[in-house]
Amino acid sequence: MVTYIIRRLFASIGLLFVVSVITFSIFFVVPRIAGGTPETLATRYVGRAATAETVHITAQKLGFYDPLTVQYANWAKAIFVGADYDYGAGVERCPAPCLGYSFLTKQPVWPDLLDRAPVTASLAVGASILWLVAGVATGVLSALRRGTIFDRAAMGIALAGVSLPIFFTGLVSLAFFSYTLGWTAPGGQFVPFTQNPAQWAYSMILPWITLAFLFSAQYARLTRAGMLETMHEDYIRTARAKGLRERNVVIQHGLRAALTPIVTIFGLDVGLLLGGAILTEKTFSLNGLGKYAIDGIGNQDMPKILGVTLLAAFFIVIANLVVDLLYAVVDPRVRSQ
Amino acid sequence: MTTATTDQGDPAVRPGIDGFLQVKDLRVHFPTDDGVVKSVDGLSFNLELGETLGIVGESGSGKSVTSLSIMGLHPPGTAKISGQVVLKGDNLIGASMEHIRKLRGKNMAMIFQDPLSAMHPYYTVGHQIIEAYRVHNSVSKQVARKHAIDMLGRVGIPQPGSRVDEYPHQFSGGMRQRAMIAMALSCDPELLIADEPTTALDVTVQAQILDLIRDLQQEFNSAVIIITHDLGVVAELADDILVMYAGRAVEYATAHEIFTAPQHPYTWGLLGSMPRLDRERTERLRPIHGTPPSLINVPSGCPFHPRCDYAELNGGACETDRPEFLEISARHFLACHLSAQDRQRVWESDISPTL
Repeated sequence: MVTYIIRRLFASIGLLFVVSVITFSIFFVVPRIAGGTPETLATRYVGRAATAETVHITAQKLGFYDPLTVQYANWAKAIFVGADYDYGAGVERCPAPCLGYSFLTKQPVWPDLLDRAPVTASLAVGASILWLVAGVATGVLSALRRGTIFDRAAMGIALAGVSLPIFFTGLVSLAFFSYTLGWTAPGGQFVPFTQNPAQWAYSMILPWITLAFLFSAQYARLTRAGMLETMHEDYIRTARAKGLRERNVVIQHGLRAALTPIVTIFGLDVGLLLGGAILTEKTFSLNGLGKYAIDGIGNQDMPKILGVTLLAAFFIVIANLVVDLLYAVVDPRVRSQ
Repeated sequence: MTTATTDQGDPAVRPGIDGFLQVKDLRVHFPTDDGVVKSVDGLSFNLELGETLGIVGESGSGKSVTSLSIMGLHPPGTAKISGQVVLKGDNLIGASMEHIRKLRGKNMAMIFQDPLSAMHPYYTVGHQIIEAYRVHNSVSKQVARKHAIDMLGRVGIPQPGSRVDEYPHQFSGGMRQRAMIAMALSCDPELLIADEPTTALDVTVQAQILDLIRDLQQEFNSAVIIITHDLGVVAELADDILVMYAGRAVEYATAHEIFTAPQHPYTWGLLGSMPRLDRERTERLRPIHGTPPSLINVPSGCPFHPRCDYAELNGGACETDRPEFLEISARHFLACHLSAQDRQRVWESDISPTL
């Protein structure tokens, strides 16, 4: 078991390295292939008005003439020890962990990310708890009442939930619950949990429900399918043959087994969301990582995009690791391999 | 509750005995889109405490469906069940789900064919036995655990104190079946149903498991129904043997009678299909030709007639009339149109010498 954990840890570190190489390549190598030169890159730092001389010197100072391997090494080094960026108008310090330096806002990316992460994390955690409870409960009930009106209605709503995009359900619910009924906060009013938990929940409840509606639909379908399968297993018959109450048969024997794939998907979904829920954040004007990413994309602010991408990749890799470890907790057969 | 009464008109119920378990005219029908599947169609038998009944037949003959009906394990709404299953004077057909649930595990328990899939992969063997015990006994976890270890020891699992915390996949096939038996016997049930208990096991451990079942039966004085397609298995264990075909009993007699003087052509076929090493290599395994019939369109007359070598001896009766299940000699019931002389002649000239 310990060797399993250590092996998975090393694999995760390797995976992060590969991800960083690929992201770096996408943002620094691909533009070169597409005809970009060190000078065009440097222009983004000094502005179009700069002379060719200034551009050339800046490109040199920022190391754009170095071989790509050296550039990658310097960039990766900055994550651990920080870096100094000198683009003519004085030296700018980007302390570790330096995930990049925005040439538009003239600020390191990392503090921005730290600023935005709690918003996204609040969204992901709240919504995931909601959808897990609602989705699994609906799925179990649907499976047990297979073919009844409840099952059909639940699966119909689930189909709608999967099909309707966030910007539709989000805007409709905002219009109705916030602006017509005034029950929930309008968008863009995030209150940190540490500041006021009640206000935090009030500000987030509508985004949570909207996002959870989309996901719980998938979870309901997944749970239903899993339950329909496990409830036909031989060990369910054994549990009944022992004289267990039907409720215990369903929950302790059926759901326990059907939950394994759901744990996997759940971990990956939360990991994915932690890196930014672009549509939800945009719809509810939440200043999270996702909104940060699209702002970066809109302004072609490469370091911002690169920073968010790397952070998101980090969350997904961590989520993968957690899921693998959880798997061993959930399924004893994995543990003994 | 109805009291158990003997029914002289019902041939399969032995007169004069108030049975511990009486199955009377059991019918289990499954309505499907293609028609009604008559898995069990009028089955009757009797079982006393301390006795073992072997139910033998091919796949689809209704053996397992019978056992699941006794246990009340058909999901509600799937099967139409009629007739009577009387356990100690208590008719289980039509009884409330909750009533039967309380009997399950405590008064009647079941061992299944494949112990790997029949045990929950995520719980330890001990947990599953403790669970079975605590459903019917309000004891602390420690007491139940001691009981589980004790049961594992009694079914012959070495170091039960440590193996109680292992998972089913860490057990070998034979050990798993032993654990399954320990689980079934944990509440000391009076009726034990073993549904193909050795089919999924290595040949080498089959005999061990059968010995174990027999020993435990004597120890607990329980009634045992052993369901199998393998006459060799019931030869080891059963007092009586019921041969089923297409959802009905075709022959019912003591094990001794079935092996020494079988009367039904299907029983002959089953006996002949037991592999024998003392025959020529190509003759060692002699199957019954044809396949088991569809339970939706059961053949007219005797359902076995399309596969029977002797069907033409009766001038068409086999194709048109269903043979009655009659007591042809003491404690020997048979459903066959062949005359006693024909059966005697065929058995002596064709069948007996080849077995």
